[in-house]
Amino acid sequence: MTDHPSDPILSVENLSIHYRGTPRPAVRNVSFTLGRERLGIVGESGSGKSTVGRALLRLLPTAEITADRMSFKGIDLLRASEKDMLHVRGAQMSMILQDPKFSLNPIQRCGDQITEAYLTHNKCPKREARARTLDMLEAVQIRDPERVYGLYPHEVSGGMGQRIMIAMMLLTNPSLVIADEPTSALDVTVRLQVLGILDALVRDKGIGLIMISHDLNLVRNFCDRVLIMYAGQVVESLKASELDNAQHPYSRGLLAAQPRIGGGRGTLPVLQRRPEWSEPVEASS
Amino acid sequence: MAYLGRRRLGAIAGQGGTILVTLFGLLILTFVIGRVMPVDPVRAMVGEDATREVYEHVYQQLGFDRPMWQQFLYYLKDVATFNFGTSIRTGKPVLEDILYVLPATIELATFAILIGATLGVSMGVLAAVNKDRWPDHVVRVLSLAGHSMPIFWTGMIALLIFYAHFGWVGGSGRMDQFYIGLVPEQTGFLLIDSAMAGEWEIFRSAVNHIILPAALLGYSSSAYITRMTRSFMLDQINQEYITTARVKGLSNRQTIWRHAFGNIRVQLVTIVALAYGALLEGAVLIETVFAWPGFGQYLTSNLLIGDMNAVMTCVLIVGVIFITLNLLSDLLYRVFDPRTR
Amino acid sequence: MTMTDASQRPARETVKRVPQSLIALRNILTFLLKSPTSAFGLLVLAVLLSGAALAPLLATHDPYAQDLQSALQAPSMAHFFGTDELGRDIYSRILYGSRITLTFITLVSVIVGPIGLLVGTVAGYFGGRIDTVLMRITDIFLSFPSLILSLAFVAALGPSLNNAIIAISLTAWPPIARLARAETLTFRSADYIAAARLQGASSGRIIWRSIVPMCLPSVLIRLTLNMATVILTAAGLGFLGLGAQPPLPEWGAMIATGRRYMIDSWWTVTFPGLAILCVSLAFNLLGDGLRDALDPKQMNRR
Repeated sequence: MTDHPSDPILSVENLSIHYRGTPRPAVRNVSFTLGRERLGIVGESGSGKSTVGRALLRLLPTAEITADRMSFKGIDLLRASEKDMLHVRGAQMSMILQDPKFSLNPIQRCGDQITEAYLTHNKCPKREARARTLDMLEAVQIRDPERVYGLYPHEVSGGMGQRIMIAMMLLTNPSLVIADEPTSALDVTVRLQVLGILDALVRDKGIGLIMISHDLNLVRNFCDRVLIMYAGQVVESLKASELDNAQHPYSRGLLAAQPRIGGGRGTLPVLQRRPEWSEPVEASS
Repeated sequence: MAYLGRRRLGAIAGQGGTILVTLFGLLILTFVIGRVMPVDPVRAMVGEDATREVYEHVYQQLGFDRPMWQQFLYYLKDVATFNFGTSIRTGKPVLEDILYVLPATIELATFAILIGATLGVSMGVLAAVNKDRWPDHVVRVLSLAGHSMPIFWTGMIALLIFYAHFGWVGGSGRMDQFYIGLVPEQTGFLLIDSAMAGEWEIFRSAVNHIILPAALLGYSSSAYITRMTRSFMLDQINQEYITTARVKGLSNRQTIWRHAFGNIRVQLVTIVALAYGALLEGAVLIETVFAWPGFGQYLTSNLLIGDMNAVMTCVLIVGVIFITLNLLSDLLYRVFDPRTR
Repeated sequence: MTMTDASQRPARETVKRVPQSLIALRNILTFLLKSPTSAFGLLVLAVLLSGAALAPLLATHDPYAQDLQSALQAPSMAHFFGTDELGRDIYSRILYGSRITLTFITLVSVIVGPIGLLVGTVAGYFGGRIDTVLMRITDIFLSFPSLILSLAFVAALGPSLNNAIIAISLTAWPPIARLARAETLTFRSADYIAAARLQGASSGRIIWRSIVPMCLPSVLIRLTLNMATVILTAAGLGFLGLGAQPPLPEWGAMIATGRRYMIDSWWTVTFPGLAILCVSLAFNLLGDGLRDALDPKQMNRR
């Protein structure tokens, strides 16, 4: 159903991230490769999953990033200059942030913010960029693009805001989109709808997707592969369809803590956290 | 327009009421200060060797024999009809005097706020972007120094250095002596008048004279603007929409100026409006040093001879300007921030 | 922190917190000394205080002694900062002038603190109409730039050192009142205030014994922060001839008289001005450091 992940667009080996002034690294020895597929990164809050996403875009000015390899479409993300990164960010790799209430500039019209993303990387008349924005708004199933174009972020709902965010980040046809908890700030009722839109666009355009989430079910349904992170390390990496066969005790714990329709009504087991899981593990891919 | 809404109209009406109360308080204050002064205003008017009858006559004419509250009502009536009395020193109506000197001060203060706002905003942004690194510390010391300097003294030292020693700028006054009276006065703003008359020599002289006092005033007012800009900016830089802008591929500079700065613009406008009011304070001192024929000099020269009509009117006008600026900054906030619409 | 501590404690004990506050003071001092700018501020203040205290010992001349023979002499070993138009030693005058500056800020603080506290706590404690009226009055005073209002007061009272102090005090209390009111509002509904009320304590007693001590620390800090402004306003009044009168060696007044000779004798204005600049900068740097030291957000970060 997707391209073969044999031609990786992103490959990361032994990525470690250390925020300056903190005693221990936030992320240790994370390795993975990504083709034109959808990869889920799951973990509890503080496990370092968002940090990984931001490190890929080099958006962590206060952190030391080290890795044996971090390359994206032939670009060495570790050594790329800030100027090179400006051509990567937004154009080839973009990121959908969690809460549109905070991630959209409150004093600019939604449409102008989307158009800006296009104009940053494409030299074209404003009119053309505007037309593309309107098309994109339509593509994210906004019924009245003209009207929404002129609205301020505080005038749109959360679901609408997140669709605007998706439009903004996909308008430039990047090769990779990182979605950092794209639906956790939304109402349950609109979550699936927004995810559906994102999913459809990513498939249509053949965009690689990294979905960062704490929601195991969501990742299971929308991703091909899953990395499970705990305390800054990848404890397990497996196909989404084989999630039930997870080996690591932490992954098993996560699975067991999920309620199931039709499952038993007994108390759900409490997630165990053992100190030895935080010990450095051998990098496994 | 219909959605202006009752709530907003109510807020505006409430504000109007507050302003009226403040204005009334202002009048009480100036009235009281005017009455407690030990200088006898009647004696000041009629002179030391006037006869007892003349004195009594003027005393009654001025209404000093009436009870205080009646005197206050008369005062209110005078203010309402813009009758502020006559200046003892110049013999002209006080209001006429003040309107004559005010443009010089407004010209100076406007020039100064342009300098101060440019300096303050750029230093504030610089400090915020480099928080806790050396530019931040340098900016902090520079702006505190501007805030700490006795401006009348800095003015003199600057005159000594830039005028007396280097001769880079004009000395005191609004223009060189021999130009005085050559420009037809239309607006009272020398820069505008001389430009309109096509007198570019005089225009240059005027710029040469205004640049030093304005720069000093601007520098001293930039301290407040810098501090506020820095703290507003720090609030914005950590917002998530800044990350969005970075993700879009905007450079650090574009992110700061297009996105973060856009969000503090409204707050800055209010800050600059308030700083403009505070400039008047510095203007009083700097005008004395630079012999600037403006409002500040008018106020201080009348203070020293106890011309209370003139002084209290000046104080009242400054109060009104302050209230207006406050109101204006509030209004600007409402107009420019889409969230308050 | 302090709020929760105190609310668990009867009001009477809040007064006896001396050792604890001394520890806090020491912590603040060590914090201030770590930053070079605040350390500079402390140093200048130490110099100011010792200069004022030891003026008779440190001065090389009588600050009032005229010597027309040696008028307007440039700085030399005999006269460190030169002499003024009457041959008085500028260095000694600046030393004695520091006493006037200290008198100024002390008296202004002593007057402003209680007025601000009284207005603020009463407004905050009673609320309602009293609050509205008091705050309206505060706003009226705040609607003037402080120098202009002081000018008006001095003009009415007549120029002298004491009147300048009164005038500055009259303009400096509103911010303190605002602060005390804000603080009071946070304590007003605390349980220990309710307890005191239930025991039948009068409003005056509650304000004096329970609320004022709680507002005191922040008011004291604010007073320190205000000192730079007070010094500059005082110097401005002195310069305009409305503050301390000659022959008092007030720094602003010294600049005003020196102004006439400044083209040929730069030292007549330079040194008194530097003294004002240093002291007000010191207070500002100190205030800046104090704000950092007491800002909980900053503390967490470090």
